[in-house]
Amino acid sequence: MRGIKTIFKKELADHFSSYRFLILFALIAMVSLITSYMVGLDIKENLEEVAKPRLVFLMVFTSRGAFLSLVEFVAFFGPLIGLILGFDTINRERNEGTLSKLLSQPIYRDSVINGKFLAGAATITIMMVSIVLVITGLGLNLVGVVPGLEEIWRIVIYLIISIVYISFWLGVAILFSILLRSIATSALAGFAVWIFFSFLLPYGADTVARAVTSDVGQRGPETIIRQTRIQKAITLISPMELYTDATATVIDPLRKTTRSIILMGPMERISQARFAGPLPLGQSILVVFPYIISLIAITAICFAISYTVFMRQEIRSL
Amino acid sequence: MAKQPIIETEELTKTYDKEMAVDHLSFSVMEGEVFGFLGPNGAGKTTALLMLLGLTEPTSGKARVLGVDPTRNPIKVKGMIGYLPENTGFYGDLNAKQTLRLVADLNGLARELAEERMESALKTVGLDTEAEKRVGAYSRGMRQRLGIAELLIKDPKVAFLDEPTLGLDPDGTNRMMDLIEKLCREKKMTVLLSSHLLHLVQRICHRVGIMIRGKMVAQGPMDRLAKEKLGMGKEKYTLEEIYMKYFQEA
Repeated sequence: MRGIKTIFKKELADHFSSYRFLILFALIAMVSLITSYMVGLDIKENLEEVAKPRLVFLMVFTSRGAFLSLVEFVAFFGPLIGLILGFDTINRERNEGTLSKLLSQPIYRDSVINGKFLAGAATITIMMVSIVLVITGLGLNLVGVVPGLEEIWRIVIYLIISIVYISFWLGVAILFSILLRSIATSALAGFAVWIFFSFLLPYGADTVARAVTSDVGQRGPETIIRQTRIQKAITLISPMELYTDATATVIDPLRKTTRSIILMGPMERISQARFAGPLPLGQSILVVFPYIISLIAITAICFAISYTVFMRQEIRSL
Repeated sequence: MAKQPIIETEELTKTYDKEMAVDHLSFSVMEGEVFGFLGPNGAGKTTALLMLLGLTEPTSGKARVLGVDPTRNPIKVKGMIGYLPENTGFYGDLNAKQTLRLVADLNGLARELAEERMESALKTVGLDTEAEKRVGAYSRGMRQRLGIAELLIKDPKVAFLDEPTLGLDPDGTNRMMDLIEKLCREKKMTVLLSSHLLHLVQRICHRVGIMIRGKMVAQGPMDRLAKEKLGMGKEKYTLEEIYMKYFQEA
C-alpha cells in the first residue's frame, strides 16, 4: 500500500505539472466551451416562444453545435486523453533507468503499475469533472434553466461512464508502454488502435454486413434488418460504439433503446407519438447496463493483461 | 576481519533461453568486507546481483542475504540492501532533496528520520550545497554520488554497487572510491562492488571474485590468488596481472 500511495502521489504531481496535461486540458476546455456556448445560445433562441419541455438542460450536452455535440466530442477525442496520458508510462522509466531503481526499493512490483494507473485515472476524473462543471455553469447561464435532480443524476452517470471509457484508453496506452520499449512506437501503436476503432471499423462493419447478406437477393426489410444486426454486432467490439450507445441513452431520455433501427407498424407509430415522454432514469440505466458492464470489463481485461505481462517481465530486460 | 558470511550463494544458476547467464555460482561475502566482483562485460555479474536482490528469480540454486532468502522474501531483502544499478537513472525535474524524499517514502520512513538521514547522506556524498538543484542539471559524477546518497537513506547493512565508477573522470572515480571506503569504515557497511578499474579495486577491496562466462573462476584474498596464479610474493603483483591470467585461461 505504501508503494502505491507514494507512486500515486508522485505521478499525480507529474501529470499536473506537465505541459502535456496543460495543452490537453486547454484544448479540451476550449472546444467544450465553444461548443456549449453555441449550443446554449441555440437552445435559448428556440425556447423563447414555447413552453419549456422537460429535461431541456441535458440538450446542452447532446445538441450538435457547429460540428459535434459534446457527447460525440468526448467519444471521439476522449481516447486521445487516455492515450496521451499513458503512452510512455513504463517505457520512459525503463529507458531512463529509473524503473530498476524503483523496483529495488522495498515495494511490490505491482504497486508501480497500480499507482500509475490510478494516478492517470484520477487525472482523467479531475479533468472530466471540471469540464462538465464548467459546461453546466455556462449552460445554466445561457439557457436559463436550472437542472432538476434527475438531470443531475444523468449527468453524473454520464461522467462516470466517460471516466471509465477514457481509463480504458489509458489502460491500452499503459499496455503498449509495457510491451514496447520505444516510446514513439508505443504512442503510434495506441493511435493505431484508436484510428482502427474510430475510422476503419464502422466502414468495415458496413462492408462485411453487405457482403454477408448480398446472397439474399432483393433488399427486403428482412435483408435490411439482418444487415443492420450484423453491422451492429461487429461494431459492438468497438469501445467507442459501446460508449456512444451507453452515454447517448443516459443523457438523452427520449432515446429508449440502443438499437439504431426500429421497424414500426402504424399502431406502434401512433402509440410512440402519443407516449413520447422521456424514459425514467432507472429504465435508461437498465437499457445501457450491459454496455456499462462491457466497458468496465474491457478496461479490466486490458489492465489485467498489462499486469501479468509486467509481473513476468525479467528485470534484466527492463 | 572475517566474521560470518552475510551473503551466501549455493549453486545459484540463471538461464535465459538455454543460455547460462550465471552458472552454478557459489560464493560468500563476510560481514564488513569490501568484495570486488570482477569479470568481463556480460559475465553475469549484474544478473547475479539481481538474483541476490530478489529482482530476478534464479533458475536453480539458493541464496541467502542477511539470513533471508531473496527469492522468497524480496521485499524484506530489498529493504535491507542498498542497490546502485549500473547507469542508474533519476527523475530529471526533481531536485536532490525531492529525489531522496521519494526514496524515503518508498521505504516507509517517518518524516523526521527521513529528513535526518537525508541531511547526513547529502553531507556524506558532498552534495549538501547543491541539494536544491534539478538533478537533470547534475554532472555524471554528481549523479553517481546522489545514487550513493539514495542508498544511504535506507541505512543498509549491505550495499551492491554495480559499476559505480562507470564514465567518471579520474577525480570523480577517486572520490567515489574514497566514499566507498569511508562507508565501509565508518558505517560498517558490507560492500559488494563490481568494477573494471582493477587498480582501484585492488586498493579498496579485501577479497575479490572473478567471474567469467557465468562461472566464478576464482575467489579469495588477492595475495592468495597472486600466489596461486603468478607464484609471486606480496607487493609485486597487480590485480590486473591476476585477472588477465584467469581471463586467458578461460
